[in-house]
Amino acid sequence: MASNFFDLKKRKEAAAASSSSKQKAGLSQAADRPVPWVEKYRPKTLSDVTAQDHTVSVLRRTLQSSNLPHMLFYGPPGTGKTSTILALAKELYGPELMKTRVLELNASDERGISIVREKVKNFAKIAVSTTTAANASKYPCPPYKIIILDEADSMTHDAQSALRRTMETYSKITRFCLICNYVTRIIDPLASRCSKFRFKPLDEGNTRLRLSSIAEAEGVKYQEGVVDTLIKVADGDLRKAITFLQSAAKLHGAVKERTGDDMEVDSGAKGGEITVRSIEEIAGVIPEKTIDDLMQSMEPRPHGQAVYTPVATIVQDIVADGWSAAQVLLQLYNRLVFSDMLTGNQKNQIVAIFSEIDKRLVDGADEHLVILDMSLRIAGVLGDTGS
Amino acid sequence: MLFVDKHRPKTLDSLTYHHDLSSRLKALANGDFPHLLVYGPSGAGKKTRIIATLKELYGPGVEKIKIDSRIFTTTSNRKLEFNIVASIYHLEITPSDVGNYDRVVIQDLLKEVAQTQQVDLAAKQRFKVVVINEADHLTRDAQAALRRTMEKYSPNLRLILLANSTANIIAPIRSRTLLVRVAAPTTDEIVDVLKGVGKMERLEVKDGLCKRIAVESGRNLRRALLMFEAVYAQNEVVKDNTPLPPPDWEALISQIADEIMAEHSPARILQVRAKLYDLLTHCIPPTVILKTLTFKLIPKIDDTIKADVIKWSAFYEHRLHLGNKPIFHLEAFVAKFLRLLESYLMDMDYDF
Repeated sequence: MASNFFDLKKRKEAAAASSSSKQKAGLSQAADRPVPWVEKYRPKTLSDVTAQDHTVSVLRRTLQSSNLPHMLFYGPPGTGKTSTILALAKELYGPELMKTRVLELNASDERGISIVREKVKNFAKIAVSTTTAANASKYPCPPYKIIILDEADSMTHDAQSALRRTMETYSKITRFCLICNYVTRIIDPLASRCSKFRFKPLDEGNTRLRLSSIAEAEGVKYQEGVVDTLIKVADGDLRKAITFLQSAAKLHGAVKERTGDDMEVDSGAKGGEITVRSIEEIAGVIPEKTIDDLMQSMEPRPHGQAVYTPVATIVQDIVADGWSAAQVLLQLYNRLVFSDMLTGNQKNQIVAIFSEIDKRLVDGADEHLVILDMSLRIAGVLGDTGS
Repeated sequence: MLFVDKHRPKTLDSLTYHHDLSSRLKALANGDFPHLLVYGPSGAGKKTRIIATLKELYGPGVEKIKIDSRIFTTTSNRKLEFNIVASIYHLEITPSDVGNYDRVVIQDLLKEVAQTQQVDLAAKQRFKVVVINEADHLTRDAQAALRRTMEKYSPNLRLILLANSTANIIAPIRSRTLLVRVAAPTTDEIVDVLKGVGKMERLEVKDGLCKRIAVESGRNLRRALLMFEAVYAQNEVVKDNTPLPPPDWEALISQIADEIMAEHSPARILQVRAKLYDLLTHCIPPTVILKTLTFKLIPKIDDTIKADVIKWSAFYEHRLHLGNKPIFHLEAFVAKFLRLLESYLMDMDYDF
């Protein structure tokens, strides 16, 4: 049953067992279990949830009144949607009761129309289980169950329509919580049955606070500017930032232990200290120099010389180095759109090019041709100043 | 055995380039191992590095590989046969084999693996590794199915995704994995590898030849090694200037390019069509045909129309992915190219 996986205690036991079989602790902390930090530092209570003040305060009020509406959480990845509902469920029921009261289904479970008809409906139908007195004194234990449909935007429209009546019929004993990235992919009849909560991308201050507290708790040393880089590359996605931080810590922490070996360590990196460059490498950010070179090659040449050869050479290198085309697009976009050298008209044209190229990349077109085409077309726009 | 397989490095220490990356992988394998997303151009050594990492994780046991054939049933009761390459510690799957049904495989197989504990008590790691090839060809649904699985079952399961680019991997997956970029080797690094292989095979190695192979291969090590072997197989005495035989299909494409340049008429398009069909029936991917053809044509034309040719090449390449009859788009590109060239030549006439 999916609900078993809420049992954090069991999960931790399993994790502890697995770490005991390994003698080596990869990190500076000896007691560290191989649990991703994202899981380890998942907010345990509602008040731990970072930065979603509005949502949290609304939920807190419903917690007191013990009356929950159907909910629809939406927002970009890594903003705490799943964490919030899990934390809420735990505050409502406590770890024991959660197993029987909460059903979590996500895109990894089969969620076709048949499952909605059977599994969801059956769970919604069954009477609310009773709670022990001890549990009831600690937690509110309201008399309804919660069904969490994570990643609901990947459900088919048919399956979503099948939910409509189910949600209403059993609303006395069951509350639904839909979680999705794109609210537009939830059909209107479902969306109108839920109260919507928008999760906004985390702002800089909160991300910084969270990251530095995790870094401190894990005893990670880092260079000046690392947190800023993390914030920049993560772009409001806290999970991404934490994953990057952990990856970087692992790489450097482990390298530190074996300084005696003749292994090549990032130049300039002191043992165990995360460098800005290593974060960028993990995030797949292209070095500024490569982008500079590309920009340079796209500049119009004197005497009407064609830009083809220099651009083609650099693009070939970029592709051979394995940089992702999407990343080239993103970094070039940031450069060009905020550049003061271009006229508004040029920017218009360039943005139009970007949008078309992005579409092609998503459709799976060949990256080499696409980047080359993009660079040449941008070069064409750049050279067009005279007329 | 081909040189490529025979001289494939087996351990992280014996890899000849990207030492930085090797030491990182080693550090990861000995610490706690995250989910990985390994990406880079083909022939850069992604797979080699992964196999070496697996060996670092589990020891020589991973080299004992067997092939399982499994049958999955879709919701519509369709039976899917699916091949799995497995050792006792890891599984290797190519979900794009089953096309649109890859979601079923991902859901069923990964859960099954994730919910069973490691049987071998002597195993170095508690988790199993699932290597997913061609992850960039996974459908959106399949990728969505991966999301929560990766978090939930992390004590029992680690994923290694292999992809040529990260563009088609959805953001939630990217934020859950450690991205590992494997860049193509530089020409110098390829030359070194070729020399090393030549030495082990007791062949007479020529510097000039290695250099030429390295340049010709377009920084693709696998291709360089195959070319290297072909040259030695075809010639008794190898000199610095021994010609490098291009693969048949490439020779045919350059022939097409020559023909296109020689005459610009509808009749010529008809002739070219026969050759394009020939290539397609020999299972050369249409993208490769279009790309190779473009880069063969580019050096033959004037600088001023190169940008336009690339623009249309990219345009039709995109169309290839959306449509399902490659020949239309290939031919459309040829026709467009002829038109571009012709109008360019006409302009020249007017000018003078």
